[in-house]
Amino acid sequence: MKSVYAKLYMYLLYIFLYLPILVLIVFSFNASKSRANWTGFTFDWYIRLFNNEDILRSLVNTVIIAVAASVLATVLGTVAALGIHSMKKTPRSLIMGATYIPVINPEIIMGISLMLLFKFFVDYFGFKFGFVSLILAHISFDVPYVIYNVLPKLRTMNPNLVEAACDLGCNQRMAFFKVVIPEIMPGIFSGFLMALTYSVDDFVVSYFTSGVGVQTLSITIESMTRLKISPEINALSAIIFVVISAILITKNIIENRRLRHERNLVRLAMSKEASG
Amino acid sequence: MKNTIISLRNAVVEYDGVQVLKNVSLDILDKQFVTLLGPSGCGKTTTLRIIGGFADMASGELFFNGTKINSLPPHKREVNTVFQKYALFPHLNIYDNIAFGLRIKKLPEKEIASRVGEMLRLVNMQGFEKRSINSLSGGQQQRIAIARALVNRPKVLLLDEPLGALDLKLRKEMQIELKRMQQELEITFIYVTHDQEEALTMSDTVVVMKDGCIQQIGTPQDIYNEPVNAFVADFIGESNIIDGIMRRDFLVEFAGKEFACVDKDFEKDELVDVVIRPEDIKVVPQYQGAIVGVVENCIFKGVHYEISVDSLGYKWIIHSTQSEEIGAIIGMNVTPMDIHIMHKTEER
Amino acid sequence: MKTSKALAIPYIVWILIFTVIPLGLVVVFALTDSDGGFTLQNLFDMSSYMAVLFRSIIFAMIATVICLVLAFPAAYFISRARSFNQSTLIVFIMVPMWISFILRTYAWMTLLEPNGLINRFLGLFGIGPLNLINNAGAVILGMVYNYLPFMILPLYSVMVKIDQSVIEAAQDLGSSRLSLVRRVILPLSMPGINTGIIAVFIPSVSTFVISRMLGGGTNDLIGDLIESQFLGASYNPHLGSAMALVLMVVVLFMMSLFNQFGSEEEGTMI
Repeated sequence: MKSVYAKLYMYLLYIFLYLPILVLIVFSFNASKSRANWTGFTFDWYIRLFNNEDILRSLVNTVIIAVAASVLATVLGTVAALGIHSMKKTPRSLIMGATYIPVINPEIIMGISLMLLFKFFVDYFGFKFGFVSLILAHISFDVPYVIYNVLPKLRTMNPNLVEAACDLGCNQRMAFFKVVIPEIMPGIFSGFLMALTYSVDDFVVSYFTSGVGVQTLSITIESMTRLKISPEINALSAIIFVVISAILITKNIIENRRLRHERNLVRLAMSKEASG
Repeated sequence: MKNTIISLRNAVVEYDGVQVLKNVSLDILDKQFVTLLGPSGCGKTTTLRIIGGFADMASGELFFNGTKINSLPPHKREVNTVFQKYALFPHLNIYDNIAFGLRIKKLPEKEIASRVGEMLRLVNMQGFEKRSINSLSGGQQQRIAIARALVNRPKVLLLDEPLGALDLKLRKEMQIELKRMQQELEITFIYVTHDQEEALTMSDTVVVMKDGCIQQIGTPQDIYNEPVNAFVADFIGESNIIDGIMRRDFLVEFAGKEFACVDKDFEKDELVDVVIRPEDIKVVPQYQGAIVGVVENCIFKGVHYEISVDSLGYKWIIHSTQSEEIGAIIGMNVTPMDIHIMHKTEER
Repeated sequence: MKTSKALAIPYIVWILIFTVIPLGLVVVFALTDSDGGFTLQNLFDMSSYMAVLFRSIIFAMIATVICLVLAFPAAYFISRARSFNQSTLIVFIMVPMWISFILRTYAWMTLLEPNGLINRFLGLFGIGPLNLINNAGAVILGMVYNYLPFMILPLYSVMVKIDQSVIEAAQDLGSSRLSLVRRVILPLSMPGINTGIIAVFIPSVSTFVISRMLGGGTNDLIGDLIESQFLGASYNPHLGSAMALVLMVVVLFMMSLFNQFGSEEEGTMI
């Protein structure tokens, strides 16, 4: 980015992206409920936030649902990836096409279609909306991300690895657990993380599949923005923003440090080559 | 007398506060094949990029046919570049790749077709017009990259290690073809390489660079026979480089003996580098040799034997058409003409 | 490696139950009345909502075009930055994405309302208060703000693969800045543009939260209608399903326009 215009453009873009969020955060410390008038500094909204039972309960719900759904989706998706990997081209592309549907389908259609399904269960099997419907719905949109992360790892795995393990005395089962699973573990893990973040973040699908009993955090937030205006939302945004930024920036710093270290090693090797 | 087409004056280039080009001045004559030669990081590619318009100088001036073109953007310069990794456009077929520059100039399609055809003939790739670039081998991609640059009829063609990715045999073929093209088209080629053999084979003029400075400019013969310092001598072919003392004009002492030489104008008793090419040392019977040593190793290299000799701790490399037995004691002679005396450079 | 195809069976069953059957149910509901009989009435009823459908498509198109125009230079600048700066710049594009889009939209609500910060700021110069919220502009702004990263990221990921020497080659062959973009960068970015268009258009055309929060009931979109048929006042899942079916057709049409191009391009690129 050499030109001044490019820099100016990027600054303006980041201001556009961050200004609304920063305003939210600033007013989380505002003494009055006003969202435009600064009347003094306070931590009140944070204290109220942590005493708000609706929010705390929905936070717990979100954690339970997200963890349960992403763990189950990881298991289902990993097993599915192993099966898909050994398939021929035509059935494989058919399944991958079906896997693509939840990713590309508008969330609202996924939400109402699952709602219709659960309604059908309610009518005919005595099923009830709640944790189970939410977890099932979340697994549905989580699984594709696990498959997308695990399949490439299987594809790039050296096919001789299992043979080598068997050659060294493993049976098929041991080879699978001692060689294949560790080899694709990074894919499984990143698939799990992706599923977890999508579950935590989801509003639309949860909105249609939660029924009346169980509220997730995003549903609670949405109803707060609808019914009453409360700076507690600002306080919550501030906390989420700080936590997310901290995680992403730390991850970025660690990766950069590793990259820089690797680059220095390469440089060192090159300078040695050049001088020697 | 040929005209100077490109003239670089006191060029300084810095990256992150490090000078990669330190006050480089260089005149390039019209219609010559000029090679910038040096190890990686010597500044040869940077020099080329200044001429192409892709690197900015911290200070210095660049003239093209006498006009200063420091701030002229690349697309307005009458030079074209053949990039290291070809840099062909992946979304265009071969014909469209070559036609790219002509279409920018908005030439009529009829003329474009005839010029592209002409270029495909020049690089020996007729019939490939509609092929995608991904279907080509490295050597073929290289030819297309050359055609794409030459079709614009530049006054100067810049080539940045264009043969680096090719295997040895293909490289030799392309060296000959490049030289043929340059002579046929009668334009200036500026060629960057770290391969000294390539430089010596193709060039009219070789510019040897190191650490952002020009070490020597001359014909391949000059550079090979009269290297100005130990670095050039070592970089251009193998050399024996020994510490010596200049006793007086035409007399140098090394390996414990005094030798007649053809160099003068050194300070009395100045410490110097003595450079002797391996093929300039004659193996003689022990009692006839000015220097005597023990053969440590003898390897057959195809055209000659490479003999390593130890003489009182000095290691000598000799190229000889006859083999010597390991452990044999031999004598070595060298004529005054073949002893090259050089001032010591500080960095060595 | 030998893994059994049978391992995919649970997942195939899962897809059938939780993806295929629910979509089938939408079709069934769209084509039946409340007694379960076959009818096309729901689809005919859609005709009175065509204006809303068109509004949704137009809004989503405008938002997509704005995102493309804003994202193209940004992605290009990032892809030409030094590699360390690149990852930092991209992380800062991604951070807002990780915050619930309800909160992000809420942030704009507080900025745009009549006594919001922007109007107070304009008031300092004697302007306003302007009517910034509850109109079409606010809804489109909300779409652009929420989905801009979806355009920047795929564009960046194809642009970063364009070798700097290819760009230099184009300049070397006489391309001015404009023809460089038109003849080289744009065609090479096509796969990313297609992905970005789909990634912005689909959530925009189907949103109901953004239009509710920033449109204030004046600019309902097809998403709002569908939502109100299932969870709102006018409960009618049959009509809602018909609307969803129409929306799916729109989405499939967009996919066929852009996704096919994308995969074709990628095929020749690799």
